[in-house]
Parts: sequence; C-alpha cells; structure tokens
Amino acid sequence: MADAALFEFLHMEMVAELWAHHSDPGPGGQKMSLSVLEGMGFRVGQALGERLPQETLAFREELDVLKFLCKDLWVAVFQKQMDSLRTNHQGTYVLQDNSFPLLIRMASGPQYLEEAPKFLAFTCGLLRGTLSTLGIKSLVTASVASLPTCKFQVVIQKT
Amino acid sequence: MSRQANRGTESKKMSSELFTLTYGALVTQLCKDYENDEDVNKQLDKILFSYFLPRGYNIGVRLIEDFLARSNVGRCHDFRETADVIAKVAFKMYLGITPSITNWSPAGDEFSLILENNPLVDFVELPDNHSSLIYSNLLCGVLRGALEMVQMAVEAKFVQDTLKGDGVTEIRMRFIRRIEDNLPAGEE
Repeated sequence: MADAALFEFLHMEMVAELWAHHSDPGPGGQKMSLSVLEGMGFRVGQALGERLPQETLAFREELDVLKFLCKDLWVAVFQKQMDSLRTNHQGTYVLQDNSFPLLIRMASGPQYLEEAPKFLAFTCGLLRGTLSTLGIKSLVTASVASLPTCKFQVVIQKT
Repeated sequence: MSRQANRGTESKKMSSELFTLTYGALVTQLCKDYENDEDVNKQLDKILFSYFLPRGYNIGVRLIEDFLARSNVGRCHDFRETADVIAKVAFKMYLGITPSITNWSPAGDEFSLILENNPLVDFVELPDNHSSLIYSNLLCGVLRGALEMVQMAVEAKFVQDTLKGDGVTEIRMRFIRRIEDNLPAGEE
C-alpha cells in the first residue's frame, strides 16, 4: 500500500515534464501537455471509481454523487475534504478547495498563477474519470484566483 | 484520513492505489508516445529505463525530507544501520511492506533487499512485451536520490524480479562512497 506522499512527488515530476518539453523537445510523438495530464487523470479516476464498494454506487441523485466526490474521494486522494460545494441546480457545480495539496508547495503570490493550471490538469481528469465510472459524463475545469485556493467547475453533460 | 470508521479502510486503500495507478498511467502514456516510431519502439525499454532513473532521483531528493520529518530517525552511523532504516522504516512507511535484508558482502558495503513481490505493480498491467525494468528503475532512482541527500552515494539495481518469473524480487544496494563535507576521510 503506497503512501500518499509518493503520489504527490510523482505528480510533481509529471508536471515538471511540461517545462522540460517546452525547452528541449526529445524524440517520440505526443509530448506531455495539459490534455495528456488530464487524460491520465481521467484513466486513474476511472480506475479509482471501479474500486468503490457497491453500496457507494447507489446514489439517489446527482448532488449525492458530487457530495461523495467532495468528501470520500477527496479524503481518499488528498486526506482532506473539499471546503465548499455550490451548484446552480442545473448541472453546474463549483467545488472549492482552500488549501489544495498539490498547490501548497508552490509559493503564494501572483507570479505563480500562470503555472497553476499545470498542477490542476491531472486532478480535473481524475474528477471527470470518477464521475464517468459513476455513470456521469462531465466537463471539468479548474481555476485559481489566489494560491493555494482553487475551484473545480463540473458541468454535467446531458447525453 | 477519513474520520468515519467504516470508510477508513476504503479511503486508505484508494489513497495507496493512487500512486500505483498514476505510475501505471504514466508508463502507458510513455509507451503511446513512442509507439508510432518504429526505430524508437525497438529501443523503448532502454528509453523508458533511462526515463525513470532521473525522475526517480528527483522524487528521492524530495522524499528524503518528507521521510526525515515524519520518521524521527537519527543519523545512520554505518551502512548496516542505513539498511535497517530503509527496510524497516522507509519501505514500511511509503509502500507498507518490510523487505528482508540479506547477502551482505564481506566488506559490508553491499546488501540485498528481498521482497515477495515487485511493490510497484500491484495494480498495473504491463504493456505488451515490455520488461519490468521500467518499473524497477523508478525505485532505484528514488533510493539513489534520497541517500545522496544524506551524503551517501549508492547504486541500486534489481537483480531478481517476480515479474520476470523469479521467485522473489531482489534489490541490490551498493555503497560507493560517502559524499563529504567536513568529515575526516579514510573511514575504511
């Protein structure tokens, strides 16, 4: 059973790839990019979702699923709960984390805001992937107004 | 950790799988990066091998701080103490397993860590035909990077691997030299 710190450090290395490729493109096809990171997060989120015990899958409604993400999933992945969940009750949810662990190691301050999206791409995918396993198609984006607070916006896609 | 007792084990389980799942996704992605290039594909194992060593090293360099902060172990006085700390504290803390320490060299500068399984691959499906070397090298890099930060230059390599059909997974650790600041030389 791997400690949570290992994931954090591995994630940091993956994000560092983004800078590496900008400066020195190597051999091979697709480079590490925000969409690649998001895609990996999606696959991991799906796999995590598949490992949930059956009773958690019996959600009564969409809001229950989002609450599950904010509590159980977030605690499992980041050892804390999401700090707030808001919705317009029309399929859009905003999940706010006031001290997102993957951003904590970055200094607070406006000069790092530009880099913040790189640290959020994987997690957006993770949310989208877990939702997918729970039968919900979504678009997930993230924004940072001031480190280390960030917001994840989940927009449910009606098929 | 989750405060609800009945959710406790699920949370811990998911948290620990996150690392291995992410590692697996990264490897899969890297294989995809190169699958269109015929020449590169033949070299894929070598490329992935060299990819993970420096990445593991970078992780190790940061991990050691986390480890020292959380474990309260003091400075190790010799390689035997180091071996004990690696096996009984570090591996236990980060991977939840305790390898056994065997096969000490007469000079006391080499030993083996024996694990029943390759710890990184519980939930990973190996891409077709690619050897487990690629997984191993991340761990070797981590060990090297972490120990360098405590003034030890070491070599770590997998000499047996259950993924390759061996009975156990064996990591061979070799002490190269102490990285000196002010300590007197000639401790041999």
